[in-house]
Amino acid sequence: MSESPAVVAQGLTKRYEATVALDDASFSIGTGELFGFIGPDGAGKTTLFRILATLLLPDAGQAHVLGSDVVKDLWTLRRQLGYMPGRFSLYPDLSVEENLRFFASVFGTTIEREYAQIAPIYSQLEPFKARRASALSGGMKQKLALCCALVHRPQLLLLDEPTTGVDAVSRREFWDVLANLKTTGLTIVVSTPYMDEANRCDRVALIQRGHILAIDTPTAITASFDRPLFAIRAPDRYRTLRALRDYANANSVYPFGETLHFTDARASLPPDAIARDVEAYLNDHGISDAKVSPTEPTIEDTFIARMGAPEGEEREHAVHG
Amino acid sequence: MADLAIQAKDLTRTFGSFTAVDHITFDVRAGEVFGFLGANGAGKTTAIRMLTGLLAPSGGEATVAGHDVRREGEAIKRDIGYMSQRFSLYDDLTVRENVQLYGGIYDLSNAEIRERMQQMLARLGLERIEREPVHAIPLGWKQKLALSVALLHRPRIVFLDEPTSGVDPITRRQFWELIYETAHAGTTVLVTTHYMDEAEYCDRISIMVAGRIDAMGTPAELKRNAGVDSIDELFVRLARPANGGSERGTRT
Repeated sequence: MSESPAVVAQGLTKRYEATVALDDASFSIGTGELFGFIGPDGAGKTTLFRILATLLLPDAGQAHVLGSDVVKDLWTLRRQLGYMPGRFSLYPDLSVEENLRFFASVFGTTIEREYAQIAPIYSQLEPFKARRASALSGGMKQKLALCCALVHRPQLLLLDEPTTGVDAVSRREFWDVLANLKTTGLTIVVSTPYMDEANRCDRVALIQRGHILAIDTPTAITASFDRPLFAIRAPDRYRTLRALRDYANANSVYPFGETLHFTDARASLPPDAIARDVEAYLNDHGISDAKVSPTEPTIEDTFIARMGAPEGEEREHAVHG
Repeated sequence: MADLAIQAKDLTRTFGSFTAVDHITFDVRAGEVFGFLGANGAGKTTAIRMLTGLLAPSGGEATVAGHDVRREGEAIKRDIGYMSQRFSLYDDLTVRENVQLYGGIYDLSNAEIRERMQQMLARLGLERIEREPVHAIPLGWKQKLALSVALLHRPRIVFLDEPTSGVDPITRRQFWELIYETAHAGTTVLVTTHYMDEAEYCDRISIMVAGRIDAMGTPAELKRNAGVDSIDELFVRLARPANGGSERGTRT
């Protein structure tokens, strides 16, 4: 990249008493990039976004956003950033239009002056501009919050979990809106607990319990999955799952959509031999109708393989036999 | 019919001129895991409030665990459990105090509460956190605990409203194993979710669009009939035209 990066973070760490919310996080985000932090609740996404938005001081490490230090240059940065917090951040008793007018006035501008910037999104809300924000559906609230974050023409958008709790269709629409915004050259940093949304980003960081597990393009991340992955189809999924938990050669087995996903501990064995072995094992355990076939790993498979144990548990209990 | 846990016929609810739930008809069999899907504002929450005896229907009828939703709301409340991510356990109470509170609400004796609490914590492997305040335990544990507490009075049906929202992919799967176990033990499960892969884990699903049920069946059937590869695809196809109507205005 010829331009300097939009965000550079080095060793960012934040503790809340005994809890380490963010542990030595380092990354760099290019100008104009659509960058995603993908991870569950408690991963440290919100802490990270608050630090980048100059709202929270890190205990250690540093970060530069648009060339400015997030601790020293906060007043410069705040005018250049658009930040959409995770929880619904609008005034529920104000109308759609009043909310937007308020956020514009805080930044010394008006809806009319900035109309071109927000028009592609605001035009969808305008028919309901007199409606109170509290009466909007989930997807519409998110669009309004995005308008409010955009109204002062920021150079960089920080969107903390904009699609959480929003249905699958509205989520898609929201990502379509982001893809459009990206074409204007805006740098967009977004976080989400939905693994399938990773594919809408240029690059993603997988994050869990304050640790960044991987940073790369979605394609490169799934390509890094280190062993053959199998999808197992069986009418009685629950029984098949239980049987495979006791299979000595199992490395991992877990439900995945309408199938079970399985990896074998014998890394050197060719995939067709593994598939045959697993079918034979299931057959011996009274499951004669299972179909085992190789499948492509998704971001979620990669996340599961890399995340280790869920909170408070040993990995052995999590996906192993 | 004894083997039906839920039976709804033309169930309808209007708010003024707005029809939130529009003549929905469906059955849920005993021991089934039934996925109740729909876009935000499609009417799921209103339908669930009617089925749990919290909101009177404007039209149609429904029985839950054999009780009429209009006249036998109190009987329904004894026979169902309810859990959501937003409201489940009291954060400031310990695990034990939460169990005692819920047990008390459902009229269990102290001996029953003690016995069931021990069984439950042993099954989840969580004995050592009995005296911990709920806010101090990990989200994944909290959700498993919340489901177990919702099952404490041995309801015939349990309603799970987005139970896995925000948890990591492994914990989400462990939670679904708990759902399978619950159903295997004979409790009927009605579950809502925004994770479309979880829809595939259900025995049958329904998809609500603008107050009506637009699709219902096993995930495999629905995909075959629509010629799609995933429930996600089907969901988007059904809900997209109505999405202009996500401005139907209801909050979900």
